[in-house]
Amino acid sequence: MDAKTLSRRELLQNTGALVVGFNLMGWVNQTEAQVPDGAASSPYDNPDYLDPTLLDSWLAVMPDGHITVYTGKVDLGTGVETALAQIAADELDVPFERIHMAMGDTAKTVDQGRTAGSQTLMRAGPQLRQAAASGRQQLLKLAAAQLASPAEMLAVRDGVVSVANDPAKKVAYGDLLGGKRFNVTVSAKGLQWAMVVAPEVPPKSYKDYKVVGQSIPRVELPKKLTGEFTYTPDVRVPGMLHGRVVRPATVLSKPVSVDEASIRHIAGVVKVVREGSFVGVVAQTEWAAIQAAKALKVTWAEPAKKLQTPEEVTEYLKTAKSSRDLKSVDKGNVDGALAQSGKKFEAAYDWPFQMHGMMGPSCAVADVRGDKVTVWTGAQGPFTTRDRIAAMLKVPKRNVSIIFAEGSGCYGRLTADDAAEDAVLLSRAVAKPVRVQWTREDEHVWSPKGPQQRMTARAAVNDQGKIVAWDYLDRGFPWSEAQGTPQLAERQIGAKTELLGNPNGVGGGGEYYEIEHHRVAGAVIAWPQDDPSPLRTCALRSPGEPARNFGSECFLDEIAADLGVDPVQFRLRHLTSSKRISETLVAAAQKSGWRERPSPAPPSKGAKASGRGVALSVRNGTIIAAVAEVEVDKITGKVVVQKVTVAHDCGLIVNPDGLRFQIDGNVIQGVSRALLEEVKFDASGVQSQNWATYPVLRFREIPEVEAVLINRPELPPTGGAEPAIIVIPAAIGNAIFDAVGVRLRQVPFTPERVLAALKSKPSGTARA
Amino acid sequence: MANISLKVNGQSRMVATDPTTPLLYVLRNDLDLHGPRFGCGVAQCGACTVIVDGAAVRSCVTPVRTVENKAITTLEGLGGVAKPHALQAAFIAEQAAQCGYCMNGILMNAKVLLDHNPHPTVDEIKAALDPILCRCGSHLRVIRAIQRAASQLA
Repeated sequence: MDAKTLSRRELLQNTGALVVGFNLMGWVNQTEAQVPDGAASSPYDNPDYLDPTLLDSWLAVMPDGHITVYTGKVDLGTGVETALAQIAADELDVPFERIHMAMGDTAKTVDQGRTAGSQTLMRAGPQLRQAAASGRQQLLKLAAAQLASPAEMLAVRDGVVSVANDPAKKVAYGDLLGGKRFNVTVSAKGLQWAMVVAPEVPPKSYKDYKVVGQSIPRVELPKKLTGEFTYTPDVRVPGMLHGRVVRPATVLSKPVSVDEASIRHIAGVVKVVREGSFVGVVAQTEWAAIQAAKALKVTWAEPAKKLQTPEEVTEYLKTAKSSRDLKSVDKGNVDGALAQSGKKFEAAYDWPFQMHGMMGPSCAVADVRGDKVTVWTGAQGPFTTRDRIAAMLKVPKRNVSIIFAEGSGCYGRLTADDAAEDAVLLSRAVAKPVRVQWTREDEHVWSPKGPQQRMTARAAVNDQGKIVAWDYLDRGFPWSEAQGTPQLAERQIGAKTELLGNPNGVGGGGEYYEIEHHRVAGAVIAWPQDDPSPLRTCALRSPGEPARNFGSECFLDEIAADLGVDPVQFRLRHLTSSKRISETLVAAAQKSGWRERPSPAPPSKGAKASGRGVALSVRNGTIIAAVAEVEVDKITGKVVVQKVTVAHDCGLIVNPDGLRFQIDGNVIQGVSRALLEEVKFDASGVQSQNWATYPVLRFREIPEVEAVLINRPELPPTGGAEPAIIVIPAAIGNAIFDAVGVRLRQVPFTPERVLAALKSKPSGTARA
Repeated sequence: MANISLKVNGQSRMVATDPTTPLLYVLRNDLDLHGPRFGCGVAQCGACTVIVDGAAVRSCVTPVRTVENKAITTLEGLGGVAKPHALQAAFIAEQAAQCGYCMNGILMNAKVLLDHNPHPTVDEIKAALDPILCRCGSHLRVIRAIQRAASQLA
């Protein structure tokens, strides 16, 4: 979305009388006293929010027939701007080109919750669909009066309403309402993701979709590919200065002294800002700010030890008491069945801290004027950013306006919006707009991470070769400790973090298989360090699930190998009544040319061995299966992923080409995380400080990707932007076993680990 | 501060700046050219690439004084939405960008590649773009888009 086109001022200028979100313009005086700040987070009867029960909060019809659709959702580079517009176009019966999405502006859009969890089409899709259906209904009412015909006799085509048996009688949407408000209410209840909008209005049948289901090209790509797009770092505000934050040794390290004379030689420095343990510089130019931040001499009261060592973290993760137990399945008598005689299996799997690795480090522009604040940021949750900043500055939420401007792809990282708080503190200190751009090192070291996890698995198999008991446990740190909590700057000036973060969940642990005695559990291990650390966490693409699936799908494969059963057939044994799931698995296998045989493959003679591996998972209604084909160099230990075939069932497919592209991205990022990625740290801090020390997959290593899209138009759409990554590491791990007969139970699959496993062979069986 | 004379996208531009300023910040902040992007500041990712006298250059580590009077081309210099370059048109046709943040580096390096090798093989495209990072995973479509552009430019 182009932030430049979306300022409210411009909208007013362009559309004359039209004032969308008009209730925001005059509301402060009327109702300010009625709602104590922070007491309510509901958008209903609350002056901090645009009211979802007003149709004008969702739609505006322009005189030329264009329709602006307002949504609190944002596009993170996955194409939901286009997909949501497709949904609205279909429901309103207007050509796709006439829909304009206005996204993620807290003053102009309804709070529909964060853009996260691959839930935008699943959750916001129906909300916008129903708002659009209400809009169409209202437009038909107006047309009925104008054309003197009952609404039932009217037809709409391309935004023109006509009388069915007298098509010469017609009127365009723009002429009916262009530039004016609907001034009608719609029903709405619930909050954010769970908000239900106008359920009483019947939407179209999926059989009548004309735009949904088409591979409509992404609306913003031409601008992105020509330099005309406005990303967060491109936002320019008149009078804007440039800021940088000087990072302490630990978040709460106190600056003992700040030597301002140390940067006196740098022209253009405006101010050194110091507040609590927050230290920053503001300068007239970006280069001056960069130089000043680097040169500023700060003496920190450094702790003897900044972080736990990896060994300490691992030991703690293995042994610490769970702060919260979770279960997705708990049926039968798992412990009893495991105590009986028969074939037993047991194994443990480890997953490291990994990072999102945004190509563009965090960036925001803030303009703090007295008690009014405007922030331009790429936040996944503009309302979350707003609420945090309001809390930090102790101003009412409605005084803080967040305007979304897309950053680089963030994969969950911008559920925590650190740069916005940095920019706010610096802007407040100089009473001018300030842009803060994090450095690459800031981003690698200080961005929240995807947490370390350890999975343990036990199983028992009966004489028919069927799993009768399955006991799967994921021990992990909370994956969202940095979300919705005080960000770095807020903590540096004294805010305490009050949330422990969401539990790591249990999805991806084999809960979709049919097993008599079945337990899939999670243990939430509280992070051992009191201070906010560079290993604080926030959602990383399908949080926790790639790791859990790596453990559960590799464990399942280990059992299949021990029994000498083909891995696909072994899974199907446990999916007899789950037709959608088994069909997805079979689709991936067939497309990949899977030949039925047990793993490992017959030994190869040369230096290189080839193998194939399969993995399956289900996330929030989306079913994914992958077959990975790898080549392992037995001399160097290097693994090359040559091809990945994915079958994907997410119900109704809104934009097939967009979905294919998301699958490409998930596969490539999944291969990168499985083969290369691990955050290195020691007692002195995070050592993965740039792309040289945290490598990611490059062009030469990119696998071929093939996708089978299973469309189920009769079912509502579920997610597509992150489920496919879940199955990639497990499929690769299983393919490595197939190729060389050794089992890797730790990600990433580095050449050193492959060689170590080859040396200690035979270690391939999980038999207890 | 010094007055630096630049030739950017065929136009002469004069900027008053610290001559040690990396070219990237001059282009983005003084000349309002946002095609080149800040990604790392240490020449590791390629997002800041511009073409200087026909060669791909990482503008984040190139002091502006070193490119005085040399021919600088930015992404904007290839073409705009109204009249895209064949490469940009091919990327749009192949829908070859997700977030698009790295695409400046990919397009500029692809331009230099095609200038020197109008019919690159897939392996040659991969080798040319290997130093450029993309995190969304658009690589496969990028390769197809470059092949498409090559066939149209030939």
